Amino acid sequence: MRFNLVTRTEETYAVIQTEGYLNGPSGEKLADTAKDLIAEGYTKLVINLEQTRLINSIGISILIEIIELIHQQEGVVHFCNLTPVIQRTFKIMGLVQHAGIFPNEGAAVANL
Amino acid sequence: MSNQVNREVVLIIPMFPNIELAAAQTAYSLAEMMDFDENDIDEIQLAIIETCINAFEHSKSEDKRVSIKFIMRDNELELKITDSGVGFRLDHAAPASSGDIGMKKRGWGLEIIRNMMDEVNIESSEKGTTITMIKRKVSPIRTEGFANT
Repeated sequence: MRFNLVTRTEETYAVIQTEGYLNGPSGEKLADTAKDLIAEGYTKLVINLEQTRLINSIGISILIEIIELIHQQEGVVHFCNLTPVIQRTFKIMGLVQHAGIFPNEGAAVANL
Repeated sequence: MSNQVNREVVLIIPMFPNIELAAAQTAYSLAEMMDFDENDIDEIQLAIIETCINAFEHSKSEDKRVSIKFIMRDNELELKITDSGVGFRLDHAAPASSGDIGMKKRGWGLEIIRNMMDEVNIESSEKGTTITMIKRKVSPIRTEGFANT
């Protein structure tokens, strides 16, 4: 299944938009992109999941690794545009205690 | 005597990457046909994906196949997902690998499945595992609001 990432950088933060099924391999692509952004000095990230409707726990475990990487840099990561089921899964797996969850990209950026 | 009509679909999938999406797509089509709402369909799809990837990762099945039976009833969809692997003990089914900030990364599959479906029953032996799950149209599980807004 196709999985795409679109990255946009601003002066102080970066936004990664996902499109497609977020599983282990696509999660690794997302993690590589996040690592590249961190290496460029971006420690404030927004991950926009608007175009991702299906996800699995392996993909979410990689999101946890991204959160850990950002925290090691004393940065912040916010997620936005989650479906209700993805949001509930994030809550089950404990992500909501360590990353912001917002209804849209504007709110996520405003709270960085 | 019930006049309920049973309608069944059986899907057998090989264990290879992303094929769980075929099961999720079948679930989507059937649940939509049964007029489940969008959120319930997402929950069914996530439960079936997690069940399949658990089987792919842990069953050690020699035939490397998973059988999924969808049973459509008037007000519920039942899924029976079976592998012929080595089975597992429920009390050994929660391996945890914690990250630096204390979050358990893996071993969430069964917890997620139980949260998404109305009933979950697991039968496992050294001859294989069958996970039976039911989603009812009027589900007691409902979504919650955003955490940080």
